[in-house]
Amino acid sequence: MSDTILRMQDITKTFPGVKALQDVNLTVRRGEIHAICGENGAGKSTLMKVLSGVYPHGSYEGEITFEGEECRFSGIRDSEHRGIVIIHQELALAPQLSIAENIFLGNEQATRGLIDWNRTNHAAGQLLQRVGLRESPVTPILELGVGKQQLVEIAKALSKEVRLLILDEPTAALNDEDSAHLLGLLRGLRDEGITCVIISHKLNEVMAIADRVTILRDGRTISTLDLATDEVTEDKIISGMVGRDLDHRYPPHESHVGEEVLRIEDWTVHSPTQHGRVVVSKANLTLRRGEIVGLAGLMGAGRTELAMSVFGRSYGTGISGRIIKDGKEIHLRSVRDAINHGIAYATEDRKRYGLNLIEDIKRNISAAALGKLAKRGWVDENEEFKTAGGFRKSMNIKAPSVLSITGKLSGGNQQKVVLSKWIFTNPDVLILDEPTRGIDVGAKYEIYTIINRLADEGKAVLVISSELPELLGICDRIYTLSAGRITGEVPRAEATQENLMTLMTKGTE
Amino acid sequence: MSVAPTNADYAVAETPAAPAGPTGDSPRRYNLNLRQSGIYIAFALIVVLFTVLTGGDLLAPQNISNIIVQNSYILILAIGMILIIIAGHIDLSAGSVVAVCGAVAAVLMVNYDLPWPLALLITLVVGGLIGAWQGYWIAYFGIPAFIVTLAGMLLFRALTLTILGNRGIGPFPDEVRTLSNGFTEGYLGNVGLGALGGADLFSLLIGVIAVAGIVYTQWRTRTARQQYGQVVDPLPLFIGRIAIASLLVIAVIVQLARFKNLPWVLVLLAFLVLAYSLVTNRAVFGRQIYAVGGNLQAATLSGVKVKSVIFWIFVNMGVLAALAGVIFAGRLNQANPTAGASFELDAIAAAFIGGAAVQGGVGKVVGAITGGLIMGVINNGMSLIGAQSETVMLVKGAVLLAAVAFDVWSKRRAGASR
Repeated sequence: MSDTILRMQDITKTFPGVKALQDVNLTVRRGEIHAICGENGAGKSTLMKVLSGVYPHGSYEGEITFEGEECRFSGIRDSEHRGIVIIHQELALAPQLSIAENIFLGNEQATRGLIDWNRTNHAAGQLLQRVGLRESPVTPILELGVGKQQLVEIAKALSKEVRLLILDEPTAALNDEDSAHLLGLLRGLRDEGITCVIISHKLNEVMAIADRVTILRDGRTISTLDLATDEVTEDKIISGMVGRDLDHRYPPHESHVGEEVLRIEDWTVHSPTQHGRVVVSKANLTLRRGEIVGLAGLMGAGRTELAMSVFGRSYGTGISGRIIKDGKEIHLRSVRDAINHGIAYATEDRKRYGLNLIEDIKRNISAAALGKLAKRGWVDENEEFKTAGGFRKSMNIKAPSVLSITGKLSGGNQQKVVLSKWIFTNPDVLILDEPTRGIDVGAKYEIYTIINRLADEGKAVLVISSELPELLGICDRIYTLSAGRITGEVPRAEATQENLMTLMTKGTE
Repeated sequence: MSVAPTNADYAVAETPAAPAGPTGDSPRRYNLNLRQSGIYIAFALIVVLFTVLTGGDLLAPQNISNIIVQNSYILILAIGMILIIIAGHIDLSAGSVVAVCGAVAAVLMVNYDLPWPLALLITLVVGGLIGAWQGYWIAYFGIPAFIVTLAGMLLFRALTLTILGNRGIGPFPDEVRTLSNGFTEGYLGNVGLGALGGADLFSLLIGVIAVAGIVYTQWRTRTARQQYGQVVDPLPLFIGRIAIASLLVIAVIVQLARFKNLPWVLVLLAFLVLAYSLVTNRAVFGRQIYAVGGNLQAATLSGVKVKSVIFWIFVNMGVLAALAGVIFAGRLNQANPTAGASFELDAIAAAFIGGAAVQGGVGKVVGAITGGLIMGVINNGMSLIGAQSETVMLVKGAVLLAAVAFDVWSKRRAGASR
C-alpha cells in the first residue's frame, strides 16, 4: 500500500481582489511522481508557493500535512528544513560561482567557520555523479547550458536531503535530449524513494513520467487521475485543463503559397564571444508569400542565431551572405533597417527581449512602429490608444484595458502583445522564435490561429520551435538545422518526427 | 510650482476607474495611483508643516521668491538628471560641469568682453560638447555611466581650476545677473488687492493666462480622449482638480506680485518644465528614453537606436548643466572654483524623491521638480526656524531614504498580487 507523504487540504489563497486558489486539495503518495497540470493562471505556482512557505502560514486558509505532521511554514528555510525543495522555472544559480559553490550555497561545508574546499568539491563531485552530469565541480555555472544548470539545481536539492522535490516547468527551456535525460533522472530518484511533484505544460512528458496527475483550473482542483488505473489520454488531461474538448490541437489551415519574398544565400555567422567559432554556416533559406515555414533544430544548432543575424545583425560578427527580398538584394545593418524592409522577429524570450514589462499594453504594441503614430516626432496618444484597442480585440488579449501593465499578463497574453507589436509594423516576413513557449494549451491554439491568419494575409511566416509536433501541425514546409548547417528541407506531407529528428542530428562531424 | 498639480492630474487621468477586470487589477491600480500622486501629497504636507512651524513665514511673498531663486539651478539639473535616470543611467559629474561652464562663461563675458548672448550660446555649446564626450564613452564605448561621470567629476573640476586658478572671476554683465536674480519689470503698473496691498498687474495677468492655458489644454485633452472612447475622470473630480491647480498658481503668483514681480528664473523654469514634460510624454524621442530604461534589449530589438538615445540625453544634460552654471555664477556674480560642489547629488536626490525608479524606465519631469522643491522647502523652512545644518542634512537624508523605501514597498505590494 502506498502511504501519503503530503496532503494539502482545502487550500484557499486570496490576493486583493482575486481568489488565486479555492479549496484546493492535493494528495501526494510517497515515492511517486505527481504531475500538476493547468493553464497559466490556474494556480499551480501559487499552490507550490503556499507549500514551500513563500506565502507563510496565516496568509492562506487550509491545512498542510507533511509526513503525518501539520506544517506551518513561515518561510522557505522552514520547508527546506523538512526536506521540501522547490526548483523554479527561472533557475537561481550564481553564474560566476562554481558548480560546487552553488550546490552548497547557504549550506557551506565548513569546519570551524572556514570552508573546507576539499570536502565541498568532493561532495559536489559525488552529487554530480548521482545526477549524471560529467563536469568538474569547479566549473563556473556560466559555462554550462540550461540543461546542465538544471542538473546542478537538482544536485543542490539532493545535497539538502530532499524528501519532496518540486520542479516548476523543468523542461520548458530544454531540448529533447536534455529533457529525456532529466526525465530519466527523475525516474531514478523515484526509485531511490524521493517523491517528485512536477509542474509541466508538456503533456507527452507527463504521460511518460507521472504516476498520477492533478489538474487545476481557475484555482480549483478539477480531478486527480491515476495513470496506472484510469484511462488517461492527453486529450483527457487537456479537456480537464481547459474545461472543454479540444478536438484538434492545431486549427485546420489551407495555405495559398505565392511568389518568393525572402531568400537567404550562403549565410554565415560567427560567434561574437568565442573567437572564430562558426555558428551558422552557409545557410540557404527561401520563404514565400502565404507560407508557414518551420525551422527545426536542437538547442545550440543556431536557430535563434540565424534568425537574429538576419534581423539587422542583432547577433553575431563576421556575417557574410546575401539577403534577397522581392528579387532585390538588401543590406540590413540595423534592426531599424530590417523593420523598414518589412521583416519582423518575435524573440524566444519575450520577458527579457520582447517586452517592456513595466509599461502598459499600448506602449508595447506601438514600440516598434512609433513613427506610424507620430507627426513630426510627436506621438498621437489617442491614435495609439485606438490602435492598441484594435489589437486587443482582434488578438483577443485578455486584459481589462490597454493601459494594463504587460508584466501582469499571463504568458499567452504577453505573447499576443508581442505579436501585435510586430503585426503593427506591417511586415512581409515574420520570424517567430518559439511562439508558444511557456503558454497554456488554449492560448497556443489562439496563437496558431493568428499565424494562419497572417499567412492568409499573404505574409511569409518562419516558425522556430523545439516542439516537433507543433511544426508538423502548422507548417507547410520544414527546414532542419544541425550544428549551424541546413541539413534538410521537408514538405509537410513527407515530414515525420522521426525523419526530422534524423536530419536534426545529422552531420555533426 | 504651478505645473505640479496639473501634471499630477494628468497621471491620474491615465489610470481609468475601470471596473475590476477578470485579473483583479483594481487594487494594483490603486497602488499605482498612490505611487504617482504620493509625492504631491507629501509635498503639500511638508509645505503645511513648515508653514505652521514658521508661523506663516514660509509662504511670505519674499520667501516664496527666495525658494524659487535659490533652487533654480538644482531644478534645472534635475530635469536633465531625470531623463538620464529614466534611461537607467546616472550622472555624477553635473556639479563639476556647472563649475566649468560657469568659468567658461565668466572668461568669455568678463575677460574677453563678448556680448552676453553670444557668450551664453558658446557656453551652452561647451556644455553640449562635454555631454557628448561623456555620452560617447557611455553609449558607444560601453563604459558604465557611473564610472565615466565619476571620472568626469574629477576631470571637469580640474579643468575649472585650470581656467580660474584659485580665484573667482566677475562681475557678470547686468543682464546675466537679472536672469539669475532679477524680476520682471512692472510693465503695467500696480493694482490694489484690498487687504493684500498693491500687486504688479503684469504678473497677475501672466497668472491668469497660465490658468486659462491649464484649463484649456486639460479640457481639450479630456474631450479628445472622450472622442476616442477612453475612460476619463468624472466631471466633478476633473473640475475639482483643475480648480485646485488654478488656485495654487494664482496664490503663488499673487504672493510674487506683491513682492517684486516674477523672478526671471521662474519664467525660464516654467518654460523648461513644460517643454521637457511634453518631450517625455508625447515625443517619439521621449518614449524611446522610457523604452531604453524599461528594457534595453527589447528596445534594441524593436529598432530603437539605443546608443544614439543614450548619447543625446547626456548631451542634453551637458547643455542644462551649462545653463545652470551660468545662472549660478550670475547669482553669486562671479565664477567660483568650488561652484556646484555636490549639486549632482541634490539633483539625483530630487529625481528619486520625485518617483524615479532605481532600475530605470520610470519617472516624470514634474516629479523630479517636485522632489527638488521638497528638498528646497525643507532647506528653507529649517533655516527659517534656525535649525543647525547637520539637522537639515539629517532630515534630507531621511526623506530621500523614505521616498525610495516607499517606492520599493509599493512596488513589492503590487508585485505580490500575482
